[in-house]
Amino acid sequence: MPAANALPEKISVKDLKFFYGANLALKGVNLPLYDRKVTAFIGPSGCGKSTLLRVLNRMYDLYPKQRAEGEVLMDGENILDPRQDLNLLRARIGMVFQKPTPFPMSIYENIAFGIRLYENLPKSEMDGRVEQALRGAALWDEVKDKLAASGLSLSGGQQQRLCIARSVAVKPEVILFDEPCSALDPISTAKVEELIDELKAHYTIAIVTHNMQQAARVSDYTAFMYLGDLVEFDETDKIFTAPKQKATQDYITGRFG
Amino acid sequence: MANHTVAAFDLELKELQRTIAEMGGLAEKMQSDAIDALAKQDIRLAQKIIAADPTLDRLQREVEEKAILTIARRQPMAVDLRDVIATIRIANDLERVGDLVKNIAKRILAMEGQFPPQKLLAGIGNMSLMALNQFKSVIDAYTQRDAQAALAVWQRDGEIDNLYTSLFRELLTYMMEDPRNISFCTHLLFGAKNVERIGDHATNIAETVYYLVTGESLAVDRPRGDENELSVQAGQ
Repeated sequence: MPAANALPEKISVKDLKFFYGANLALKGVNLPLYDRKVTAFIGPSGCGKSTLLRVLNRMYDLYPKQRAEGEVLMDGENILDPRQDLNLLRARIGMVFQKPTPFPMSIYENIAFGIRLYENLPKSEMDGRVEQALRGAALWDEVKDKLAASGLSLSGGQQQRLCIARSVAVKPEVILFDEPCSALDPISTAKVEELIDELKAHYTIAIVTHNMQQAARVSDYTAFMYLGDLVEFDETDKIFTAPKQKATQDYITGRFG
Repeated sequence: MANHTVAAFDLELKELQRTIAEMGGLAEKMQSDAIDALAKQDIRLAQKIIAADPTLDRLQREVEEKAILTIARRQPMAVDLRDVIATIRIANDLERVGDLVKNIAKRILAMEGQFPPQKLLAGIGNMSLMALNQFKSVIDAYTQRDAQAALAVWQRDGEIDNLYTSLFRELLTYMMEDPRNISFCTHLLFGAKNVERIGDHATNIAETVYYLVTGESLAVDRPRGDENELSVQAGQ
């Protein structure tokens, strides 16, 4: 499909179907997430983009009536395999949600909590990891003097970056963003976008967004989804200047029903 | 194409397109007037052409301002983005065409009292007609969103270039024959150059229309006449 076929695929989605009970929400989706690139998912509500994101880290396992068919290969390994260790998987694939979800604990603990789940570090080393994560999320300078303050005392934009820091802290390989800026003001949004740009040097990123301009700004590849189908996948520059499919064009130009 | 959910967006785009059509109509009228004025040495018509040019300038500024507002308000994407950018580019080309025709009209005024041979006038007249046809076709291609028609205009520009080169030779010969011919020949030469430039603007517009419709740029190298004025040397 895309011109740059030579790029390594960090994640390959193969003929993925997803069911909410009897309801088919993804109708056989094929798609690559290229290594250390940002892929944006756009499409109207109910198109399956968030569902796809939730499949990528097996979030749906929390709900009994939901199931996926097909394959999602990360580095060639099918993460839909029932034997997949979910804790390990979610450490490798982090997620940042629409609403900032800091834990009701100190800023420091918000970061350290996740690290302790996987590693047993002495205090000095833990301090270093917390700082590294907060720096990675461009938050360190704003919170370094109040690490003991509650995570909830931060502004919305800072809370969101705290959540990003929390994801980064456990050294994931992939980070999923589900509308990370929809509750943020433009300045906080710009900071998160700048951060995504920095993060992609190290991580493979997928982002669901309703903000078309944001998708155009932050992503390298864009997938347009509609009613559970992947309609078009291409380089972002192409999608937003000259998409091939009429449905894509209608959606991004605001001509949808 | 289906309408936008936001109806005002459609109105803004339509208004931009309408202004381009108005500019195109005006520039076309100026060109055909210039052809008549030149053939008949019609001073009053030439003055009318000069008087029409400021309207074209004003419309061009209008298009630019409206297009900028639309970008600021709507952040157009895909075909809408190409549409808005196309109006800015085409308005620029049309404004330049107006300037070139105005310059031809000024030269008609400057030639008052001199009578270039009909044969020379016919030569530049033919060339002007050819440019005018190109111009009309490309404006049609724009209003119809017809990439193939735009491509055809783009491919035909070499013919004007060739005609210009032969006219150039002819004028050169006249000037060498009799120095008293130099004055009007120079005017005609610049006039012919202006017509050739109008043809180039028509090709620019063709490229813009092609991009607007298909989302793809035409190749950089467009067919040209084999020779240009640079290869024609005095005494040849």
